Amino acid sequence: MKDTKSVSFQNIILKLQQFWGDLGCVILQPYDMEMGAGTFHPATALRPLGPNPWNVAYVQPSRRPKDGRYGDNPVRFQHFYQFQVLMKPSPLNAQELCLQSLKAIGIDTENNDIRFLEDDWESPTLGAWGLGWEVQLNGMEIGQFTYFQQLGGIECDPVSFEMTYGLERIARILQNVEHVFDLNWNGLEGPGKFTYGDVFAQNEREFSAYNFEFANTDKLFEHFKDAELECVSLLGHKITLPAYEQCVKASHLFNLLDARGVISVQERASYIARVRTLAKACCESWMQSQEIQSLNPQELI
Amino acid sequence: MADFLIELFSEEIPARMQFQALQDFKKLWEDRLQKENIPFEKVIPYVTPRRLAAHIIGLPLRQENRIEELKGPRVGAPQQALDGFLKAAGLSIDDCVQKETDKGLFYMAQKMHQGREMADILSLLTNDIIRAFPWPKSMRWRDYSFRWVRPLHHILAIFNNKVIDGRFDLGGTFLKFTDHTQGHRFLAIDPFQVTDIAHYKSELEKRFVLLDTDERRTQIKNQLENCAHTKNVVLKEDPALLQEMAGACEWPQIFMGTIDPSFLDVPYEVLETAMRNHQKYFSFRTKEGEFAPYFACVTNNIPKDNGQKIIQGNEQILKSRLFDAKFFWIQDQTQTLLSRVEKLESIVFHEKLGSLKEKIERLQLLSKEIAIVIKADPIKTARAALLCKTDLVTGMVGEFPELQGIMGRYYALHDGESQEVADAIASHYAPLGPSDKCPKELVSTSLAIADKMDALVGFFANDLKPTGSKDPYALRRAALGIIRLILENNLRIPLFKLIEISYKSYGSKVSTTDFDKLKFEIMEFFVDRLKVFLREKGIRHDYINAIFSQGQEDDLSRLCLRIEALSDFLQTEDGGYLLTAYRRAGNILRIEEKKDAKIYTNNVIVELLKEEEEKSLFSMLNNVSANATKKIQLEEYDQAMKYLVMLRQPVDLFFERITVNSDQKELRKNRLGLLTHIVSTLHEIANFQKIEG
Repeated sequence: MKDTKSVSFQNIILKLQQFWGDLGCVILQPYDMEMGAGTFHPATALRPLGPNPWNVAYVQPSRRPKDGRYGDNPVRFQHFYQFQVLMKPSPLNAQELCLQSLKAIGIDTENNDIRFLEDDWESPTLGAWGLGWEVQLNGMEIGQFTYFQQLGGIECDPVSFEMTYGLERIARILQNVEHVFDLNWNGLEGPGKFTYGDVFAQNEREFSAYNFEFANTDKLFEHFKDAELECVSLLGHKITLPAYEQCVKASHLFNLLDARGVISVQERASYIARVRTLAKACCESWMQSQEIQSLNPQELI
Repeated sequence: MADFLIELFSEEIPARMQFQALQDFKKLWEDRLQKENIPFEKVIPYVTPRRLAAHIIGLPLRQENRIEELKGPRVGAPQQALDGFLKAAGLSIDDCVQKETDKGLFYMAQKMHQGREMADILSLLTNDIIRAFPWPKSMRWRDYSFRWVRPLHHILAIFNNKVIDGRFDLGGTFLKFTDHTQGHRFLAIDPFQVTDIAHYKSELEKRFVLLDTDERRTQIKNQLENCAHTKNVVLKEDPALLQEMAGACEWPQIFMGTIDPSFLDVPYEVLETAMRNHQKYFSFRTKEGEFAPYFACVTNNIPKDNGQKIIQGNEQILKSRLFDAKFFWIQDQTQTLLSRVEKLESIVFHEKLGSLKEKIERLQLLSKEIAIVIKADPIKTARAALLCKTDLVTGMVGEFPELQGIMGRYYALHDGESQEVADAIASHYAPLGPSDKCPKELVSTSLAIADKMDALVGFFANDLKPTGSKDPYALRRAALGIIRLILENNLRIPLFKLIEISYKSYGSKVSTTDFDKLKFEIMEFFVDRLKVFLREKGIRHDYINAIFSQGQEDDLSRLCLRIEALSDFLQTEDGGYLLTAYRRAGNILRIEEKKDAKIYTNNVIVELLKEEEEKSLFSMLNNVSANATKKIQLEEYDQAMKYLVMLRQPVDLFFERITVNSDQKELRKNRLGLLTHIVSTLHEIANFQKIEG
C-alpha cells in the first residue's frame, strides 16, 4: 500500500486540483447551496451554454437525501463529495487527460483495468443530456465522462467535456478500506489522525433521520412553491443567477420530499417537470445574457 | 485487382452498438459500390471498441469507361427541343445519329463516361458512407458540427498499398486520410504505419488488438473454460454476456475471483443477478450443478502484477454490491409476504385496470375457478394468487426487478407457506418466451393461466388491443403462454367460461358492455396465436380455420386434436379425393343455385332415388353422418375420419354414373339435395370450404 499521506482523502482532492489547475482550469470552491450533484453548480449547469470558452474544476458536496443509510451502509450516503471538471470546448485528448489525472492520484494503467463503458448522462430535472462513459476501475465506477450535448433543452455549441470523480470510491480503492468512514482524511496516523467517520458519522446519522423522519413536509411543500414562484419572478427581472439558485433550491426540496415518501409515483413526474421548466427558463435566460455579453463585452464588466 | 482497407478510429464505441454497426458498414459499402457499377469480390467488416474497419477485396484499379445511350427528341421536333437536349447532354449535333424506333425517327447519341481512378471514387464513397452511417445515437464534439457515435480521431484509408489522397470534413476541421493507426490503449500506444490488411491485422495483434470480434469471443470463452477447469467447476453459459464482453475489450484477459463466503447464504439467483447485471461477471456451477463461489471478469489489460490488483478490486466491489443484496435479503424476511398485500394498493397495474391489489383480488377468484376445472387444490391456488405479487414491494425485487417471482418463492417458504404455493408464486409469470418452460404443477399452472387471462380480458375489454407490430402489454405473449400451458399440460378448459369470470371480476373497470363480441374477439386472438404456434409444428392455418369456423369450440386441446386428425386425414389419398369430391359437389351446387336463384337444402325424398348409386350414397351419407358425429362427441376424431373414408366409393360412383341435371325437374331437385347432403355431412367434421390449395 502507498503511504497513507499521499492517498489521504484531502490529498486526493489537492492532487486533482493541482492537475487540472496546471492545465489552466479555474479552481473554484464548492457552491454554497445544497445540490444533488456537482452538475448543478452554475459553473457546469449554465456556463457550458454559449460560445465563450470555459475551463473549471471544483469539489462539490452532493446531497442525495434518499441515499442516506444512517451511516450503516459502507458505501451509501446522503452526503458525499464529487470532483467536477468541465472544459469548453472539449479538448481532443480529453480521454488521455482523464487517464493522466488518474495517474496523478496514483491509479496507473500498468496493473489496473481501466475502462470506458457506455453510460450516457441524462438529467431530467436539468433537461440535459450528453454521451459518454462511466470510467471503471477494476470493475468499480469511479467517474462519469460526458460530452454535453444539451442543457435546459438548448444545444451546447461548442460541446463541453465534463468529468465527475466519485472521491469516496477512489479513496476507498487507494486506501484499500471497505467502509468510507474508515478512510483516512488527513493522512496522519496516531493521535492526530482524522477519519471520514470522525468528520461525517454524526452528520450521516442526523441527516438520515432528518431526511427520512423529521423533515416537516408541509413546510417543504410550501418552500417548493415559494422557490418556484421566486425563480419565475426573478427571471422576469432578467437576473439569471439568483433565479437559478431558486431552481436549485426547488430541486433539493423535491429530493427531500421524495425521501420522505410523500410524493406518489404519478406526482413524481410532474414535480420533475416543474423543476425542469425552471431549469430550462434559467438556461434560456443565461443564453440571452451570453449573447449580450458577446455583443458588448465592455459594458458588462 | 486491388484491395481497400479503411479504419474509422474513434473513442470507445458502446458494445451494444457494435454488431449492428458491422452489418451496416458492410451493407453500405456493398450498396454504394454496386450503385457505382464497381465490381468487387467481398466486403469484410471489423469492429472493436475503438475502430470500425472494412477490407474490400478485388476492386479494379480504375472504373470501367461507360457508354450511355441518350435518346433525344423526334426528328423534326422544334429546334428548342433539340437545343435543350444537346445542352443538357453536353453534346453537339455532330454527335447525334438519327435512328428509327417503334415510335418513329429520333435523334440518338452516345455519351462516353470516362472511368475514374478507383482511389478517387473510394475517397468520395468514404465521405458519403461516413455521413450516411446510421448510429442509433450520435454526438458532436469540440466546435465541430459533424456527428459520430463518439469523437472520430482518424480515418485510415489504404488502396492498393497506398494511402488515399483525400480528407473528411468534420464541419470545423478536416481529417486527412492516413496510413497510420494505433494499437491497444495502454499496451501499445505508439502509432504505426500500415501497408495492407495482412500487415494491419498482424501488427494490431502484436500491439494487443484482436481485430475480429469472433476471435475475441473465442478467446474469452477459452479463457473462461480454463478458469473453470483450474477450479474444477463448470462455466454457466451466457452467450449474450459473452457477445457484450467481446465488444468491451480489444485484448480480452479473464481473471477469476472468489465470492466472500459470508454471502453464500443469500440465494444463488441473487448472487448471479447482482454479478451479471451490475458487474458483468460470469458465474460457475459445481460439477453437481450447485452454485460455485467464484466469478470471472473480462478485462482489457495485461497487468504486470498478474492481476493481483484487478482481482482484489473486483472482489471488493462485488463485496459492496452483495452487502446491499444481503441487506435486502435479511431485511425483507422481517416482514411476511402476507403483510405486504396492502402495499400493492399503491402499485398501478394499469391506470384503467386499477392497482395490483385489485389485480390479485381478481386473480384469487379466477385462478380458483381454473383450479376447480383442472382439479388443482383451489385453496392453495387462491392463496398463491393472494401472495403472487407481494415480492414486488420487497427491497430485493425493487433493486433487481428480474428476480420477481423467484424472491417470492424464497420469502413464501420462509413464511411457512406450502411448497405448491411458493412454486406457484415463482412460476406464475411463465412462460416468458418461446424458450421458457411452462410450469407442470397444477396449482402453478392455474395461477399462470389466470395471470395472463386477467390481462387479456382487461386490456381487450378496454380496447387496448395490440395493433400491427405494437403490443405494449405483451398480450400476444400472454395468449401464446395460455396456449402452451393448456396444450403442454393436456388441460381441458372451456375458455369462454374463463373469459366470462374474468370479465365479471373487473366490474365497472371495463368499458366494453358487449360481452359476446368480446368473447369471440378474444377467442379469435387465441386462434390467431394458435395458428402461429401450430405453423411451427407444420400444421396449416387453413386446417385450423376449417375446424375453428365450426363455431362454439373454446377448448384449445380439443381444437388441436380435431385439427390434427383433419390434417392427418387430408394427407391421405382418401382425404385428398374426398376434398375434390366436396369441391365438385359445391361447385355444381353453386352454379345451379345461381341459375335457379334459390338455395337447396339436404332434403332428399327417398322415393325419388331411382338409381342404385343414388340409393347407396344416400344410405352411406346417413350412416356416416350419424356415426361420425357420435365419434366426434366421443372425441374419437381418428374414428370419425375413418367414417368419412367410407364415403369415397359411393361418392365416386355417384359422380361417375349419375347426371345431376336430369330433365325431370323433381329428380334434379332431389339430386341437388343429395349434393347438399354431401356438403353438410362433411361440414359436421370440418368446414372444408376453408381449406386452400
